Amino acid sequence: MTQISVRVDGASYADDVEPRTLLVHYLREQLGKVGTVVGCDTSNCGACTVHLDGESVKSCTVLAVQADGSEVTTIEGIAEGGELHPMQRAFHEKHGLQCGYCTPGMIMASIDLLKNNPNPSEAEIREGIEGNLCRCTGYVNIVRAVQQAAGEMSSTAGAQA
Amino acid sequence: MIPASFAYARPTSVDEALQAIAAGGEDVKIMAGGQSLIPVMRLRLAAPETVVDLTRVTELRGVREDGDSLVIGAMTTHSDILRDPLIAQYGKLIAEATETVADPAVRHRGTFGGALAHADPAGDLPAVALALDAEFVIAGPGGARRSVPASAFFVDYLTTALEEGELLVEVRVPKLGEGWGVRYEKFNRVAQAWSIVAVAAAVRREGSTIAEARIGLTNMGSTPLRATATEQALVGADVSLETVTAAAAQAAEGTEPSSDLNAQADYRQHLARVLTGRAVRAAAGL
Repeated sequence: MTQISVRVDGASYADDVEPRTLLVHYLREQLGKVGTVVGCDTSNCGACTVHLDGESVKSCTVLAVQADGSEVTTIEGIAEGGELHPMQRAFHEKHGLQCGYCTPGMIMASIDLLKNNPNPSEAEIREGIEGNLCRCTGYVNIVRAVQQAAGEMSSTAGAQA
Repeated sequence: MIPASFAYARPTSVDEALQAIAAGGEDVKIMAGGQSLIPVMRLRLAAPETVVDLTRVTELRGVREDGDSLVIGAMTTHSDILRDPLIAQYGKLIAEATETVADPAVRHRGTFGGALAHADPAGDLPAVALALDAEFVIAGPGGARRSVPASAFFVDYLTTALEEGELLVEVRVPKLGEGWGVRYEKFNRVAQAWSIVAVAAAVRREGSTIAEARIGLTNMGSTPLRATATEQALVGADVSLETVTAAAAQAAEGTEPSSDLNAQADYRQHLARVLTGRAVRAAAGL
C-alpha cells in the first residue's frame, strides 16, 4: 500500500491505495464519487474523464498513486452553491444527452476544451470531444450544448474582466 | 479490469530512475505517460513486477534548441509539444502528427518519448522520427549516455534498441525551417483510432526543384519505414504533379505490411502510394 494525499472536488483526502488501483476506482469505491463512471475500461470512451491539476484525463488510464499531491475535479465538483455549472445547464437545456452515461465525461472534456479555446467552431468542438463517445445522441445536441455554454461562459468572463 | 499487483517506484531524477530500474529486477517496466502501458496492464497483457513511473522526472520534460537541432525531452507530453513555440517554428511535421494522436485527454498524459520507446508500428511518431533521422539519446546503468540513430532504434514490432536497464532521455531532430514544407497524412476509420496507414513527408524546395525529400511510413511493416525509392525519385525533380505522382507510385516498394481486420496488405500498399502522393503534394506546395 502507498499513502496518497489528494484534493478531490475541494476536499482533502489521505488514503492508502495499492499502486495498481486506477484513479477511477479510487474515486468511486474509496471516496464514493460515483458521478464519474466506468464506460469501456479500454481508454476509448472517455466516460471516466476528470480533471487532474486542471487538465482532462481518462481516469481509467491514470493510477491513483499518480494523483498524489494533485487536485482532482470530477463532475460532482463543478456546480457552485447549488447552481449548475454553465456546461451542465447547457447539456440540460439543449438536451445534450439521452441515456446520460457519457455525460459526466462529456461535460468534463467540454469544459477542458473551452479552457483552451473559449470560442470553438463546430468542427473544433467535434475534435475537442473526439475522445468521448456517445452512442445515443449523434452528437448534434451535445455540440449545441457546448456552443451555448461557450457563449455564456465567454460573456460572463467578459463581464468580470 | 485492474492490473496485476506490482511494486511502484516514482523517481524524481534520471539518476534515481536508473537506480530504480536497476533495482527493479528482471521484470521492470518504465512508465512514461502510461497511455499505452496502463491499458495493456489492465488487460493483463503485461504484468510487470515493478513499474518505474517517470512522471515526476521533470528534467526529462521540455523542448530546447541546440544549434541546428531541436532537443525534445522524453517526458514532454503531446500537449506540451502542441503548445511549444520551438516546435511551432521548427517542428511542424512533429506537430501535425501529434495532433492526430488519440484524443486531447490522452495527449495530456501521453509523451513523445513514451510513444517512440513503445514503438508501435501503427503509432504516429515513429515514422516521423525516422523521416527526420532523429537521434535517440539513451542513458544506461550508471548514467553513461549513448546515441542511436532512428534507422537503428526501431528493431521490430514493439522492439527498440533500448537494452535492459537503459532509459530514453531525449530525442534530437534537425530543425526544419525556411524552405521546408511538411504534411502528415493519416488514414483511419474513426476519430482517435490508430493509423491504418499514414505518411509523414517533409520536402525542401529550391525554386521549382525539390532539393530534399524525407518520407516516413506508418504501419507498413513491423517497424516504421522510409519510402526510399520515392525520396530518390523526388530529389532533383521539378515540382510538378507528374513527377510527384510518378515518385509516389514507388512508395510501397520493399514494404511488407500486415493484413488485419482493417486492411489487407495489398490495400495498405495502395494506401501508401495514395497518401504519399497527397502528403508530398501538400508538402511541396502543389
